[in-house]
Amino acid sequence: MLTPNQIEARLERVLLTVQKPGRYVGGEYNAIHKNWDTIQTKVALLFPDIYDLGISNVGLKILYDQINQRDDALAERAYLPWLDFEDVMRENEIPLYALESKNPLANFDIIGITIPYETLYTNTLNALDLAGLPLKSADRGEEHPLIIAGGHTGTNPEPMHAFIDAYVVGEGEEVIHDIVEEVARSKSANESRAALLFALAQIPGVYVPSLYEVEYQDDGTVAATKPKVEGVPSRIMKRIVAKLPPPPTNFIVPNIKSVHNRATVEVMRGCTRGCRFCHAGFTTRPVRERSVEEVLDAAEKSIASTGYEELSFLSLSSSDYTGIAELVEAVNERFPDEKLSVSLPSLRIESVSLDLMEGLKKRRSAGFTLAPEAATERMRRIINKFITDEQLLTTAREIYERGWTTIKLYFMIGHPSETLEDVEAIVDLSQKVLKEGRRAIGGRAKLNLSVGTFAPKPQTPFQWVSVDTFEQINAKQDLLKKKLGRGIRLSWTEPEDTMIESFLSRGDRRLSDVILSAWKNGAKFDAWGDQRRYETWMNAFAEHDLDPTFYTHRPRRVDEIFPWEHISTAVHKKFIFRDYQQSLEGKIRVDCREQCFACGILPQFNDLRRENPGKGWMCPEVKPKKIRKMKDLSMETL
Amino acid sequence: MSEALPQKRLRIKFAKENALRYIGHLDLHHIWQRSIRRAGLPLIYSQGFHPQPKIQIASALPLGFSSRAEFVDIWISPEAEYSVEGLQKNLPEGIKVSSIEEVDLRAPALQTQGDYAEYEVTILDEIPADELDLKLASLMDAESLPREKKKKKRGKVRTFDLRTLILDLHRLPLDGENERIYMRFTAREGATGRPDMILKEMEIPIEAARVERTALVFKA
Repeated sequence: MLTPNQIEARLERVLLTVQKPGRYVGGEYNAIHKNWDTIQTKVALLFPDIYDLGISNVGLKILYDQINQRDDALAERAYLPWLDFEDVMRENEIPLYALESKNPLANFDIIGITIPYETLYTNTLNALDLAGLPLKSADRGEEHPLIIAGGHTGTNPEPMHAFIDAYVVGEGEEVIHDIVEEVARSKSANESRAALLFALAQIPGVYVPSLYEVEYQDDGTVAATKPKVEGVPSRIMKRIVAKLPPPPTNFIVPNIKSVHNRATVEVMRGCTRGCRFCHAGFTTRPVRERSVEEVLDAAEKSIASTGYEELSFLSLSSSDYTGIAELVEAVNERFPDEKLSVSLPSLRIESVSLDLMEGLKKRRSAGFTLAPEAATERMRRIINKFITDEQLLTTAREIYERGWTTIKLYFMIGHPSETLEDVEAIVDLSQKVLKEGRRAIGGRAKLNLSVGTFAPKPQTPFQWVSVDTFEQINAKQDLLKKKLGRGIRLSWTEPEDTMIESFLSRGDRRLSDVILSAWKNGAKFDAWGDQRRYETWMNAFAEHDLDPTFYTHRPRRVDEIFPWEHISTAVHKKFIFRDYQQSLEGKIRVDCREQCFACGILPQFNDLRRENPGKGWMCPEVKPKKIRKMKDLSMETL
Repeated sequence: MSEALPQKRLRIKFAKENALRYIGHLDLHHIWQRSIRRAGLPLIYSQGFHPQPKIQIASALPLGFSSRAEFVDIWISPEAEYSVEGLQKNLPEGIKVSSIEEVDLRAPALQTQGDYAEYEVTILDEIPADELDLKLASLMDAESLPREKKKKKRGKVRTFDLRTLILDLHRLPLDGENERIYMRFTAREGATGRPDMILKEMEIPIEAARVERTALVFKA
């Protein structure tokens, strides 16, 4: 492997031949440079897409912060090169390197990869290949870094099982320390790779795919996923933190333009709404909130340490944050600087949202985003996101009246049992929204309509349903394009993208071969519309005698054993199934802040809840253990 | 008018090196903006619909060049206290501040004040000294060097005389392994010479040279 100096010397000769060389050199403010020679455990954190996207990934910011707080470990960053620089790297034999020390990734003890969405799978293989590492876990030994992965794809890690040594299920803040310590211990004990993997499998929330095997039924579905060896758990329960730790505030400030280039504070994790299509809503439970004071302090610190002029409060549903009104008011008091712009994503469709946005609005932003997701009452009941047309139209009218000129509406097509009438309702409703705008502010009113296509996700009530076929999607999109008329700008998802996302998200272990073949034949950057290679994917399925429609269009049996059955998000399958049935009956389930529906989180994590009484968690209180035990005792003695 | 606001104007001289070599002019603007905010210096903003912080960088440095002589003017509140150290610790590693001085608010824009600039160019590949001398001499001795330049917009071609932009070119005494060239060009608005123009004449690709601006001299 090349030394950092050799890598830098090669870089100097090639960087000016590629676009945006600033992506590949590091040197950002707040980047942490530790002493490579004296630190025991070295972790490279990798986002498997380009710098411009990866630099803003909040998960990696948290891990970078957590690891670098340790005296015995260091974390550096790596991203994928864009196509032009990838060619240059391969031609000049420059291995994938970390931006801080310029050490090749192969020199690290751990490579931690965040895989928040499935279309990063081929990029992940590409990154391992550029790092000069064997792609398959089975082909790597003690001389190679441990490859760990995490992020939302951890709720079904099976498609990537052949490549990842250990997959983290759930939240990373605590488990990363357990992993770092285990790797350090194993390294100083000169243990074999097998011994390390076995030890890692003992850590709650860590899944070591190579220690499990899958049996299939005759129809190709999974019969069982079982441990291959004794002493590893038969079911991997996701890891959560009882209390959100202090958020990172010393963000790395990129030297070049990047997406979401701003300071962020996560105000709340999880969501109580229970929209049935939403993967995050079902897998990031329970809801835990930070106090307004902690959020404000973090905001203040991060603005001071970054110099950002933009601040965003992160959560799955800003309106649901208990202290939202108080937060908005306090933000204005604490940050009188009129140059700071503050954003609140995911607001509910109600006029209170406007008050919040207006409260924050120092500089009026042009657009206001609303996400009704469906346009008929029937559909809204099915997906459990219930608002009325009247609510939407009233809110839209007020938005235009209060000075915003553009509304962006998010809808999805492809919800279970959706018909063309339901799609036509999207057209009608959008036209009504624009009409409200025209009435309020005339021709200045604009409407952008974004219509995604639903891809069913594992561990959600819709894990049993099939994705729309090409014919269905095309018919629905054609209808939208034809009927929408002038004045509304429409964007949509290409059906091929939906298919790729669908077979990958509910795939099983056999997809590892497909992913490998697709990558070998050139598939990468699958999330980039212009790089899509659907044919390559279809050929990869054919090569391994697999049928993509088995994963996409096949409705699952009610008693189907899923490839992710051994991975648990603590939400009971029975609960999810009941929710699915209620969906078929058009039954709404209200926000679980109002009433606990016993999804399974509380029994699983009741010790954590007990240790953290009070308002931080949105789940009901759990009685102190002692008292309950005494009660139980007295019940028994009676 | 923003001039109505009480303010002072600082001229900061700085070096741009290492990773910052690969950061373009526009991005550098944002880096200064955020660094100044981190340092707690209240920037003055322009008036109007899209207020912009008042920051002027003297002369755009092409991507890949390092420099020991960059200048930026910033306008801040008059009561703000500043120091080289205070600013330095809020800058990314590739920017080194060498001095800060207060200048007259009415002084003309920095971009219009350039006179000439000096560069040191290191040739990374081996090149015989006499061949280098010959080539530089032929450029210096030429009466005129008419060249074409494509404008970015609409691809229009403009002709210019490269010779009038060159003030001096000569080989520097050997120090280390690589040959180095001293170059001096005019740096006036609309008449700015750059080392990459000379490298192109010598058929040396830009990535085969290390270019450093060593001085930027303003009109007297």
